[in-house]
Formats: sequence, C-alpha cells, structure tokens
Amino acid sequence: MSKYYVNKFLFTVDRDPDYLKRYIEDPKSFVATWEQSIGPKLNDAERSTVHSLTDAERQALIDHDYVALFEMGAHFFLNLTMYIGIYDEPYLAKSGPLSFQREFAAKLQHWRDKDYPSVET
Amino acid sequence: MAQLVATLASTHHPFYLKATTMPPEQQMPQAPKWKRKIEAYRETLARTKPDILVMIGSDHFHQIFLDNCPQFLIGKAPRYDATFYNEEREFGIPKYVLEGDEEMSRFMHQHLMDQNFDFAFSNELKIDHSIICPIITVRPQNDLPVVPIYTNIFAPPLHSPKRFYELGRAIRKAIDDFPSDKRVAAIGTGHLSLELGGPRQFMETGPDPDFDRQAIEWLRAGDIDSILANVNHETMAKSGNATHGFLNFILMLGVAGPEGADYVDNLDLFHTMEAYFTWYPKEQAA
Repeated sequence: MSKYYVNKFLFTVDRDPDYLKRYIEDPKSFVATWEQSIGPKLNDAERSTVHSLTDAERQALIDHDYVALFEMGAHFFLNLTMYIGIYDEPYLAKSGPLSFQREFAAKLQHWRDKDYPSVET
Repeated sequence: MAQLVATLASTHHPFYLKATTMPPEQQMPQAPKWKRKIEAYRETLARTKPDILVMIGSDHFHQIFLDNCPQFLIGKAPRYDATFYNEEREFGIPKYVLEGDEEMSRFMHQHLMDQNFDFAFSNELKIDHSIICPIITVRPQNDLPVVPIYTNIFAPPLHSPKRFYELGRAIRKAIDDFPSDKRVAAIGTGHLSLELGGPRQFMETGPDPDFDRQAIEWLRAGDIDSILANVNHETMAKSGNATHGFLNFILMLGVAGPEGADYVDNLDLFHTMEAYFTWYPKEQAA
C-alpha cells in the first residue's frame, strides 16, 4: 500500500486543469497514463523508482471511490478537494449548494464515532 | 526597535469573498451580517496603522507536499504570488501579488534559528488561501509588505500545542528585537472545530460546538494554561479531523502573550464557527 502515492495522484491531478479534465473524461486510461509517466516524475529530468499503486488503490482512483480512499488513509483534504473539483458543479446544478459535500459525508457515516484511518504517511 | 501594534487571530473561511460578493438574491442569509462583522474586525487592524504584516498560515498542499514537508517555514522573497488554480476553481479567490520585506524575513529567520526553531525557508513561495483570506478580510487594499510564516497543521506528525505556543513567543521576541522603527502587526489564521472529507463535514454547525465555545472563552481570557491542559492531538481529532488548525490560534496567543483579548467576535455559520480576536500590546493600549 502506498498512501503517499495515492496522495501524489490526488495532489498532481487536483492542481492541474488538463490532468483533471482527463481524469473526469476517462478515469481508467488516465490512471494508467498517470502510473506510467506522471506519478514517477520527480522533475523534468528525474524519475523515481520507489512507489507504485496497489490494485485496490488503482481501482479506487478509477472508480472515483472517495469512501475507499478515506478508508485507505488518503489525506482528507486532498480526497475532498479532488472530488469537489469533479462533482460540485453538476450536483449544484441538480440538487443545490453543498449537496455533493453532504452526500460525501453521508457515505462515511459508519465512521462517525470511530477513530478515522490514519493519514500519516 | 520595531513595535508590535496588534496581534490578530481568526478563522479563515475561503468562501467569504464569494459569499459576500455574489448577487444579493443568491447570497446566503448570513452574508450581510458576516460582512458587517468582517468590516468591524478589519477596523481593529486599521486603527493601529501598521507598516508590515507578519502573517502566519498553513499551506494546504499547494506548494508544499509530502515529498518535502517542513514543520515551520518562513518566506524570504521580495514578493509573493498568491492563489493557486484549484483555489480559484473551488473558492473563486482571485490571484494576488504581495510585497515582501526581505530584510525582516532574514532577521526573523536568523532570530528564530538562534532561539532553537529550525525553520525551513523559501525564496520562491507562492502563498495560498490561509494567508490570502486574511488579506481579503482585514487588509483588502493589500498595500503592506508581508513576512509569511507557514506551520504544518496538516501532515502528521505535528508539533505539540506547547511547541506552537512557544513558537508564538519566539516570533514575538523576534518582532520586538527587529532593529527598525516600523509598526508591525501579526496576523494568523486557523480553525476551531472543523471536519473536511469526513462524516461530520458540512453539517449545520461545526463538528464540535462545545469545543468552539470553550476555545473562544480560553482565547478571550488568554488562558494558555487551560488550553495546554485540555488540548492535544487526540482531543483535536475528536473535535473534527481538521481541528488541528487550532494550533495556529495557540501560536497567535503566544505572539500576544497570555493576556485577555481586546476584541472578540464570532459567527455561527453552516459547518463552521467563525471567530475573530485582536490583542493590543498592553503598553500601547489606548
């Protein structure tokens, strides 16, 4: 498991309009591209050999499955801001302000009185 | 020596600008009240006529990430760009450029190192909404140079509440010792109880209204002993997964010193308690 690498996915995609667009349009092929050429990048010349996604992490990212990502210990801020970036507008148009954020919370209610999975990396 | 003229500690709400500038018929019902409270709070800074702002905030994975994550960092640059693409997208916050004060940054960095705070530094720091929100609320004309300081309240392990308080005391010392005739205000932002990306996010109130009320009373009284006796990483996590932003309030109380606040206000918004504090150094109290 690589919480760090899941976070790196969320961090690099949320901050880049082109990556975000590709992740919305075709998550499966974008996640594959990310693992191949974006995730390993340290800078324009250097690549890292250290991290990789597990099958479960890859699937959660492909599925936009923020519940699974929360349960794996992805950082709560990155996990929220990424999927707000994708779903806030369509939910707003359909069901009003904060409707996506409230659905996000509702899907996590089984964690309400428990210690949350640690986000420490 | 420089003169500290005010210490401000407040929550930062990235939606303030959007909430109070959208067409009135689309605004939330509390928007006019929120705006009035912010404008009153702004006056607590304006009346002290500061020349420089020392600004304490926390990057939200905008420039700083988990590949290189300092606990405390000071900006040392002639100016600072601000607002990242995803903040514009999510919050509607515009881009800004803030003037820096390299001389004061350099002095404070050395002074804080001499006081055993191992600060990281950045000569090319792009600032995020933790520092832009208070510019929008208390200094929207953005006409003063800043010394930005970032703390890690986000990526565990985090420093203890006591360490944050001690850092506030050290920042105060560094401001007091800065060889200049400038008037300095210290402005820091954080959170009371807050949940982000968890089951208690975006409720009608913050996740822990009892903590919020208690925290406001502690800060109003300047009661650092009660804060340190009652607040630790576990209690903050119980109050909401992003409540660790309260560490910046503890830091700001360190800058002010353990004294009662001169101005206290708050506003109960959907999903968060907003709170605004100002301390004036006793020797300058009008």
